[in-house]
Amino acid sequence: METLLENAVRGIPTGCVFALLAVGLVLTYKTSGVFNLAFGAQAYASAAVFYVVRKDHEWPLLWAALLAVVVVGPAIGLLLERVLFRYLRTAGSMAKLVTSLGLLIAIPEVVKLVLGDESRKNPPPLWYVMRTDEWLWPRNTSIVLDAGQIATIAATVTVVVALVLLFRFSSLGLRMRAVVESPRMAELNGVDSERVSMTSWMLSSLLAGLAGVLLAPLFASLNPLDLFTLLVAALAATVFGGLTSIPLTFAGGLLLGVLQAVLAGSLPTDSILATGLRPALPFLVLFLLLLFRPGLRSTREVTDPLATVEAPPPAPVALVRPHWMTVGTRAFGAVVVALGLAACWFLLDGYWLGLVISGIILGIIMMSLIVVVGMGGMLSLCQAALAAIGAFGTAQLVAATGMSVLGAIVIGAVIAAGVGALLAVPVVRLDGVYLALATLAFALMFESIFVPLSWVSGGAVPLSVPRPLIGPIDLADDRWFLLFAVLCAAAVSAVVIRLREGTTGRFLQALQTSDVAAASIGISGRRSRVVAFTVAAAIAGFGGGLMATYVGQANYQSSFPYLIGLVWVALLVSAGARSVQAAVLSGLFFFLFPAILTRLFTFPGNWVESNPDAPSWVASALGAIQPNWAQSVAFILFGIGAITYAKHPEGSIEAQTATSVGAIVRWVERRRGDAGTGPSDPVPPPSPEVTDAPPLAGTGRPTADSGSPG
Amino acid sequence: MSGPLLEAEAVSKRFSGIVALSDVSLHVADGEFVAVIGPNGAGKSTLFNCLSGVLRPDRGTVTFRGRSLERLRPSARARLGIARTFQRIELFGGMTVLDHLLVADRARTRRGGLWSDLFRGSRPTSEELERCGIVLELVGLTEWADRPAESLSLGKGRLVELARALMCDPALLFLDEPSSGLDRHETAEMSATLETVSRQHGTAIVLIEHDVPMVRRLAERTYVLDYGQLIADGPTEDVLGDERVRVAYLGDNS
Repeated sequence: METLLENAVRGIPTGCVFALLAVGLVLTYKTSGVFNLAFGAQAYASAAVFYVVRKDHEWPLLWAALLAVVVVGPAIGLLLERVLFRYLRTAGSMAKLVTSLGLLIAIPEVVKLVLGDESRKNPPPLWYVMRTDEWLWPRNTSIVLDAGQIATIAATVTVVVALVLLFRFSSLGLRMRAVVESPRMAELNGVDSERVSMTSWMLSSLLAGLAGVLLAPLFASLNPLDLFTLLVAALAATVFGGLTSIPLTFAGGLLLGVLQAVLAGSLPTDSILATGLRPALPFLVLFLLLLFRPGLRSTREVTDPLATVEAPPPAPVALVRPHWMTVGTRAFGAVVVALGLAACWFLLDGYWLGLVISGIILGIIMMSLIVVVGMGGMLSLCQAALAAIGAFGTAQLVAATGMSVLGAIVIGAVIAAGVGALLAVPVVRLDGVYLALATLAFALMFESIFVPLSWVSGGAVPLSVPRPLIGPIDLADDRWFLLFAVLCAAAVSAVVIRLREGTTGRFLQALQTSDVAAASIGISGRRSRVVAFTVAAAIAGFGGGLMATYVGQANYQSSFPYLIGLVWVALLVSAGARSVQAAVLSGLFFFLFPAILTRLFTFPGNWVESNPDAPSWVASALGAIQPNWAQSVAFILFGIGAITYAKHPEGSIEAQTATSVGAIVRWVERRRGDAGTGPSDPVPPPSPEVTDAPPLAGTGRPTADSGSPG
Repeated sequence: MSGPLLEAEAVSKRFSGIVALSDVSLHVADGEFVAVIGPNGAGKSTLFNCLSGVLRPDRGTVTFRGRSLERLRPSARARLGIARTFQRIELFGGMTVLDHLLVADRARTRRGGLWSDLFRGSRPTSEELERCGIVLELVGLTEWADRPAESLSLGKGRLVELARALMCDPALLFLDEPSSGLDRHETAEMSATLETVSRQHGTAIVLIEHDVPMVRRLAERTYVLDYGQLIADGPTEDVLGDERVRVAYLGDNS
């Protein structure tokens, strides 16, 4: 009993850490309507500033803390609000979530570029190290708190009390909530929503800065991934508070910390439970809370009563594109694919060929996102985990039975589909943001519980997968493997297109645009969504198996970590979540773009070396460009891409297609008018030839999707 | 009046303190045309939501053809033959008018699914197009069939909703204020269409409406709700002449 109590007390500082992050998230959500996954990234930015001024420039503690928390924190918030979230105030919660996903990827890379990206070991403690047993507690007690923990507890309690007071007694709190509900309505009632929104963002970002500075010393080195993982753990507390109640969130955070400490103290140290479950506990709690906390499922997105003043969304390209053009685009697409393949076959060396193959395989995994995100409207953040399941399945089957690799890939996809279906049954009942969080929790549970197990991943050393032989063709040759990958991508895209244009896709579209109306004509949302999720899981598993075959091993850390999965989602959604070309192009982009940037960034350095008589300022400016910036720059651009989602929810590729289709149609109509062969109408409307095609296929007629431009 | 189609007994619903419905009973016979009227906030839409399964009543029973609907989700009720429209119009984005009808038809016939999408293709058959054509003709949307439904006016949008509901071949149709937001001409057209549906197809209709002339013209019986209470029901003419109804809803001088 004594030890149980002691363990519980030991959990309080951790609990406060969770609570501080969770309260920050709730504050952002309450005051801006954004479920800010980038909160951890903002915390990282402040922590990095604190680290640099404290360690490198040896500022005094107070000034460093003030700079990091009171100046940098709110400044980031203000910047984000001014350049980004002010335009998103009336956007749906999905658009806001995707935007924060982009920021989550971009912000840490910006920080690394600005402040240097050498890993930061041993972040400075907030205060000189003084342990409580030396000045507060009698000796011989085993409960030890250091000053940082005490500061965390004090800060958390202060923040919670202040926020409760703000929302309960001040008119600012009320105005903040009004602006979230309906910025236009608030404006009409005399609230300056611009200013309120800026204040909200500065306040919540201040909290992010505070959290970053307080939490950084918990880790051996300062890196954004740890902070983000901690944030996801804290999400359990956020959900416990129902995303609105600050006191409940605080209680949830404390409970979580205590539970974790008690578990740690009472479980045998070497069992699976201790090694796997303990770190995964917050994710497990988050997952279970999402499924079983009453009141979450019924929370519909707040709809702005003035939302209808917006213009309706533009019609899909396929609706306005004439038939002749569809045929033309398809033919053009086929030619591009063939030429691209030939170019890869004859021109590329091993390195670039490898990147192209990886990109095409990733394109297949991206197609699973088309089914689940683009068609199903479910922002699944666990496709990387499902791909990993396919990879592990393939590797284990080959290792255990010696069966053919191709068969193993297919069975691996079936296993992934099974896991996907099991996950989907409880998860598809959840609405937008909650579904995203539940899948994220699943991805993290998978990473911390299952990946270390030897029957899943083969243990510490990744299982190897051989390249298959198809008749006389040995896929060990990368060029043949490229052809194989392209054929697989073509097959999968055919499946995706048929589903998208078919009844399955129509039902999903109906559900996505009006859930109640779809139910009113007898479409079961649960069934359709489970089917979509399962099909997507199968595609992801198939892609994962292919990836393992190409790489030669099922390597979780290098191929499928969950954060990479988030980058994939951001990339695909910004390119176009419904388009097969977008999937393949963003897969290629993901691998090729950083490599191309690396090439580009080596030019200045080489130039300086070969031109020793260049002016010194030119030499030093150019010499400063490092090739290892490439990854950062690429990720920043990927993140910025996701940010454009709010402007083009249909995706940049789709938007681009729409623009060019419109231009070409107008041009052709004008030419026809000049020649006098067309309609005599001076301004002939671009007449969609919907009549010549059956409407089900007509509304979302396959565009140039039929191929995969290589 | 033939056999009972829908029987709702003593349905009650509270929203955290506010009593939206209290012991409301409603009976609809096969092929009957019934109206539900009452001031805004009287609980009319809540009643519809309880009957169509969007909301679950706190107390009371709802049976359809003698079968309890209690545990059925809205989609299951729709498949039994209960269709509805919405007060705040609910159309599917990115679909043409014809697509709306085809989707509803596919949902009813349950033709098409994963396998047939993959192996047989999903082009509409001539029977499907014919069925859609009949309903389009009935509601007068034939020439709008290939337009994106979102781009239509509110009046046309309400007709699309009606057509979509009719594609389910319902035995019972709930219409939530089909004339709201429509001008006088459109309202008259809507009335005529509803009359045809009721007469020719024998569909039982429950209509929520503020437009008293429309109710008088169409409904055989009328229920009046006020503050969640049923204050009158009976043949439409009697109910509209009732003193309490005039005070609660119509205003004395109506």
